Amino acid sequence: MSNFSKPTDSSTSQAGSQTIERARHPAADALGMFVKNRAAAVALFVLVLIVVAGIVGPIVYETDPYDMVWAPFSPPGQEGFLFGTDYLGRDILAGILHGTRVSLLVGLSAALMTVFIGVTVGALAGFFRGWVEELLMRITEFFQVLPTLLFSMVIVALFGPTLTVITIAIGAVSWPAVARITRAEFLRIRELEYVTASRASGTRNAKLMFSVILPNALPPIIVQAALMVGSAILFEAGLSFLGLTDPNIVSWGQIIGSNRPYILDASYTVTFPGVAIFVTVLCLSLVGDGLNDALNPKLRQR
Amino acid sequence: MNVISTILQRVLWAALLLLAVLILNFSMMHLAPGDIADTISQSMGGADATVMAQIRSDYGLDKPFIFQLGTYIGKVLHFDLGYSYFYNQPVTTIIFEKLPATLLLVLTAQILALIIGVLLGVYSARNRDGWASHFVTFFALFGYSAPVFWTGILLLIAFSLKIPLFPVAGMVDVTVEGGFIAKFIDLLRHMVLPVITLSSIFIALYSRLCRASMMEVLETDYIRTAKSKGLSNREIVYKHALKNSLSPVITLAGLQFSAVISGAVLVETVFSWPGLGTLALQSIIARDTPTILGILFFSALVVIVGNLLTDLALRFVDPRVRGH
Amino acid sequence: MGTLLKVENLVIELSTTKGVAPVIDDLSFELQAGQTLSFVGESGCGKSMTALGIMGLLPEKVGRIASGSILFNGEDITKATDDRLREIRGNDISMIFQEPMTSLNPVFSIGEQIAEVLRRHQKLEKAAAWAQAIELLDAVRIPDAKRRASSYPHQLSGGQRQRVMIAMALACEPRILIADEPTTALDVTIQAQIFDLLEDLRAQTGTAIIMITHDMGVVAEIAERMIVMYAGRMVEQGQVDHVLSHPRHPYTKGLIDCVPHLMATLTEQRAELTEISGIVPSLAEFGQDTCLFASRCHLANQQCLQARPTEQHFNEQQLVACWRAGEV
Repeated sequence: MSNFSKPTDSSTSQAGSQTIERARHPAADALGMFVKNRAAAVALFVLVLIVVAGIVGPIVYETDPYDMVWAPFSPPGQEGFLFGTDYLGRDILAGILHGTRVSLLVGLSAALMTVFIGVTVGALAGFFRGWVEELLMRITEFFQVLPTLLFSMVIVALFGPTLTVITIAIGAVSWPAVARITRAEFLRIRELEYVTASRASGTRNAKLMFSVILPNALPPIIVQAALMVGSAILFEAGLSFLGLTDPNIVSWGQIIGSNRPYILDASYTVTFPGVAIFVTVLCLSLVGDGLNDALNPKLRQR
Repeated sequence: MNVISTILQRVLWAALLLLAVLILNFSMMHLAPGDIADTISQSMGGADATVMAQIRSDYGLDKPFIFQLGTYIGKVLHFDLGYSYFYNQPVTTIIFEKLPATLLLVLTAQILALIIGVLLGVYSARNRDGWASHFVTFFALFGYSAPVFWTGILLLIAFSLKIPLFPVAGMVDVTVEGGFIAKFIDLLRHMVLPVITLSSIFIALYSRLCRASMMEVLETDYIRTAKSKGLSNREIVYKHALKNSLSPVITLAGLQFSAVISGAVLVETVFSWPGLGTLALQSIIARDTPTILGILFFSALVVIVGNLLTDLALRFVDPRVRGH
Repeated sequence: MGTLLKVENLVIELSTTKGVAPVIDDLSFELQAGQTLSFVGESGCGKSMTALGIMGLLPEKVGRIASGSILFNGEDITKATDDRLREIRGNDISMIFQEPMTSLNPVFSIGEQIAEVLRRHQKLEKAAAWAQAIELLDAVRIPDAKRRASSYPHQLSGGQRQRVMIAMALACEPRILIADEPTTALDVTIQAQIFDLLEDLRAQTGTAIIMITHDMGVVAEIAERMIVMYAGRMVEQGQVDHVLSHPRHPYTKGLIDCVPHLMATLTEQRAELTEISGIVPSLAEFGQDTCLFASRCHLANQQCLQARPTEQHFNEQQLVACWRAGEV
């Protein structure tokens, strides 16, 4: 037995390695590139930790972020409160853990909405050209001149500061970037030979759009989506910093906003939640960079 | 001829965009849940039925929606943005009082970001493994990922509270005496932190893009030609390469006007800067419809004018945009 | 007439991911004033590297002159400072490139791009440089030169752009003009016009031309001397008429046999058209101590695979590096 297995082993590891490399699935290639980008891999790991903290944190760490648990402004590390307490004596660590949920939830759903609207608009514009493209791109341009934050501030103020409204307000103003990228990709890909071939063989428009062109247009859209989650988180933080947020749900921006008047006495009350936002968004953009490297076939050849 | 008609077309389209913005904003404000007359009466301390009816007719709220919209657009064309029931002043008066402060902040930050971003980008493209290159990489990530209001607060803590180098809030110190120069220096001191805060995001964006585009341009055939002509490195980089790598940076800067204004709203709040952002927050909380509409209108105007200027700048930089 | 350029034992190395390869391996030649010398060979033979090496424009950090010398008017420019090289470039030695579509800067007017060279090297004032640029455009037969000077490259056709490149290269009446496949990217009809133009300008200015091409027809038409390159090495050089009528290297012969009309006019008999089978070796194989052409050569024997051929003279000035040169 052992005599048998040895040569097989060496043959696969030497001669076989090249053919295996070539035959590998593109996704495996992309994964390899992604892992090679060490910053992106670390960022992804940290991101997973943040998600876990958001899901498990509030269950394990039972302190209610709205309870006055101790004297106000007790500094970090003392009295058993890792990040200290705020101006009302509330536990900042508990606030950050609960805020993680809000940030991730709003970030993800707003990004999802952004991608959905953006891809639909961009795909239709890039696929049909002509007046459809003209109209959709004019609409896109219209949404690009809207002062994004002011506009969503108004939406939130008018329709009530619930997470749903906040998510919609962010999604409504953020999609143009995705639409532009999608359109550009569609314009490029629709001219490629395999699309022409597929069109010539009588493939229907819907199928052409969604099963022929869209899969090939995905890489830049995925990268953009990762960045969108980050910018949606920043956006939500901005709104809640300004006080335009559900007063019954703790969020990172809201902790900073409500403690702002007391920064002279307790700068840590704004530092820690800010670090949370910063690290999360940083990791998302590093992962975006990594995805970009991994999914960009031009770079992969180098 | 051709150039003029293209520009006219752009201006016409800009006007149409502005009209569309106006309609959207107005519809949104008036179709949202909640009664505007209620808000007005609350700001007057409550009212009975007759007063409510009076308010409705005063503000034209008893008319059909389309009629109200038409009236509003007609008024805006005459540069009348209505009357604020919260501030008890015409909206144009309030906005013109606050607009200069915001423009000062926004334009200074945008210009500063462009200059620093381009310089950093060029320098780091030429010295790929140098400190500047690493700095750009680091700063691009930091500037993009740090929430602008947080950066502002940290700078405030560090440079006005712990080390009192700069004023804590506002735009001018009324106690400063002296002539124009003393007042100007006082203004500059107030501007330092808000401008740095706001421009940090955009320095990050522009330097990263400029570095990438510069690196690409430096590899092109026409740069090889420039070298073959015996030009100095300075001429090659700052004349031949720079003008080519500016186009994408200018395009990006044009797309950022809306983001700069968003950033300004937050920065103004942090530094109590007396501009449109602070005004916007106040009037949104007070539900002061005419003022909110006015601010939305003006900020869209700033974005649109910014886009037009970007177009012109692109034409100036790249003859290909000008057409044949 | 004297020796203008003397290249001795030039070795240019290129660093690739797989190691360092000699893209130019022990090249020696001379260029007389006013002469037209042609470099011939397939793509990847190191012709362009020779040109960039002479210009001092080898790709930074990738290519370098490892040994040998390039004497321009007796001055070794491989040892010249950057400043000195910048004085020479565009003034004494200038170059036109293969891709006229991308070789001009898209954001400056063509007049400015020409005038710039004059301001740089001839220290002309702005107005004088501009006037001279218009004259040069006229000389390269751009119609309505005065108005055209303010045009931008994208408003010109490929042929016109190459004319502009020529005007730019000849602005300071250089001693040497290096033309790297100047017509490869252009239509056949335009090619003839460009060659005519180069020929006329050479007659007027007495500029020596180094013409890099893969086209034997071009060589026959305009060059006096030729150097055939293969895999970074000189395989044959001599007077064009000698080499074309009596090629001594199987590679040269192969290149000639690829061109139909050339054979018709020069040998006055129609032999069968052939092609050289196989491809140029990859960079990794450059520099081996064998004949690098052996794998594609029907005459190759053991000796060809064991040692690099030495250079031997035929007639007065025909130089060949082939073990079996006598049998071709």
